[in-house]
Amino acid sequence: MGAGHHHHIYRPGDTVVHRLPPQCKLPAVLGFAVVVVATPREMFAAFAGYALILAGVAAAARVPPWFVLRRMAVELPFVVFALALPVIGLGERVSFAGMSLSLEGLWAAWNILVKATLGVVASILLAATTEPRMLLLGAQRLRVPPLLVQIAMFMLRYMDVILDEMRRMRIARESRGFTARDVRHIPVIARSAGALFIRSYERGERVHLAMLSRGYGGSMPMISDLSASWRQWMLAGLLPVLALLVLGVL
Amino acid sequence: MHVPDGFFNAVVSVSAGAVAAAGVAVCLRGARRELDDRTAPMAGLVAAFVFAVQMLNFPVAAGTSGHLMGGALAAVLVGPYTAVLCVAVVLAVQGFFFADGGLTALGVNITIMGIVTAVVGWAVFRLIARFAGGSRGGLAAAAFAGALVSVPAAALVFTLLFWIGGNAPIAVADVALAMGGVHLLIGIGEGLITALTVSTVLAVRPDLVFGARGLKRSLVLRGADGATEQVPAQAPRQAAPGRPGRFVLGGIAVTALLAGIVSFYASSSPDGLERVAQDTGFGVVATDHQLVGQPLADYGEAGGIPVGVAGLIGVAVTLAVGGGLFFAVRRRAGETRESVGA
Repeated sequence: MGAGHHHHIYRPGDTVVHRLPPQCKLPAVLGFAVVVVATPREMFAAFAGYALILAGVAAAARVPPWFVLRRMAVELPFVVFALALPVIGLGERVSFAGMSLSLEGLWAAWNILVKATLGVVASILLAATTEPRMLLLGAQRLRVPPLLVQIAMFMLRYMDVILDEMRRMRIARESRGFTARDVRHIPVIARSAGALFIRSYERGERVHLAMLSRGYGGSMPMISDLSASWRQWMLAGLLPVLALLVLGVL
Repeated sequence: MHVPDGFFNAVVSVSAGAVAAAGVAVCLRGARRELDDRTAPMAGLVAAFVFAVQMLNFPVAAGTSGHLMGGALAAVLVGPYTAVLCVAVVLAVQGFFFADGGLTALGVNITIMGIVTAVVGWAVFRLIARFAGGSRGGLAAAAFAGALVSVPAAALVFTLLFWIGGNAPIAVADVALAMGGVHLLIGIGEGLITALTVSTVLAVRPDLVFGARGLKRSLVLRGADGATEQVPAQAPRQAAPGRPGRFVLGGIAVTALLAGIVSFYASSSPDGLERVAQDTGFGVVATDHQLVGQPLADYGEAGGIPVGVAGLIGVAVTLAVGGGLFFAVRRRAGETRESVGA
């Protein structure tokens, strides 16, 4: 029950990327994202270089392109926003296909689209090659406060349980002929949310008591030892270093 | 909808990251005071609840629907410290595992959707609840007001950050108007659903609602002979009022100011405000900025310092200030714990 069902975001495998310790991968991806965001938007070649680096990582991790593409749907709201920018943007205008577009808006749209896409692909690859639990253990190794890591672990572990409870409530509502269509239906939704909160909170109390009865004293025991050799650090460091090289050379 | 990578420039992203880290650090201590060793499982489950509730779509008007941000709701239900922690964890999980919201924008997202909504929502809730009395209706009304105000407040902070270091050529006034207007509408939906949710929980398990803790009725013991005895309710442990809000707001102000001054000059293209100034012509009468003579002035090129270095200096300065704030709070928190221990 509590194992979590993250099949849709994690792709099990045994490649170089999968085997890298999470505490190396996390800073590598963060560093890569910072380099991407700091790149001036005029450097088209640099962005192509970043895309190539990510493609290399995906190939090494044997993550198929369709997997990444399907998960990129998260980005859609901002794509819509970015596409609106040239129309509503200020400044010098060019006319294209009968529309008056803002030059500055076009630049901004390109800037947001390319950086957001590279960031999204980088984190998709991170999540696809690292088990969620391991990622959090890696964060703990990186001196993220243990309490925060524990909260995130409990959240991940029980997320599917709570989502399932919500789904059951929705099915119960719908099987009684209810679908929320307008503002007057908000009270029903709110009552479900209230019931969901009570169930979550009470489950939390039960979990806490169960933990106490098993000897919980405020911190979780570390079972697996996550150590990283300097070679693994170097390997993970390749990602931001290559990105920096691309930025410096181009 | 979370802010993706590339929406804000690097300086604002890193500065907001420092603010978020400091805020989360304060809340970690606060939450432990609210929940002791129950913190991890309880906050984890509440975070899962916030995550689920954010997926709960509610109809706003015909055809459109919104979803809950949940910061104010969580603050009323479990207290402001735990609420910030929960929303921060939800946002981090969404960023790292679901690629929803950029990794470099995580600080911005936590600051806006976690800290601002929870702190503003909680402050307004307390204010109204004090006047509205302890009835279920009064608390629901206070929760409505808190959630209603928290959403446009978050939108306004977003606009402020956008003004400092946004990467889109839209006039700030337009952004403020559009964001404020749309989010006022969303805020009404958020307020309604928050108030009704709080009211539902109050009807079933009033002891679970953190915001109603001060209003516990005293226990009445009735003996077999009909004699009644009043046992006063335990004094509720109040969260230290004001301090996290004051601290976080101060941190946001200081960091935003620093990042603003530095990144303003590090940007190589005129920003929205300058653009408005040019378009409307008031740029002509505006006098040169007083910083012009300094090395970082005028797009970072005037004093012979290139743009990138100016940005790096900005990041370093903000990190130093953020770290200093963090350290100050840590020391103060340590002292209070010692005094409690003694």
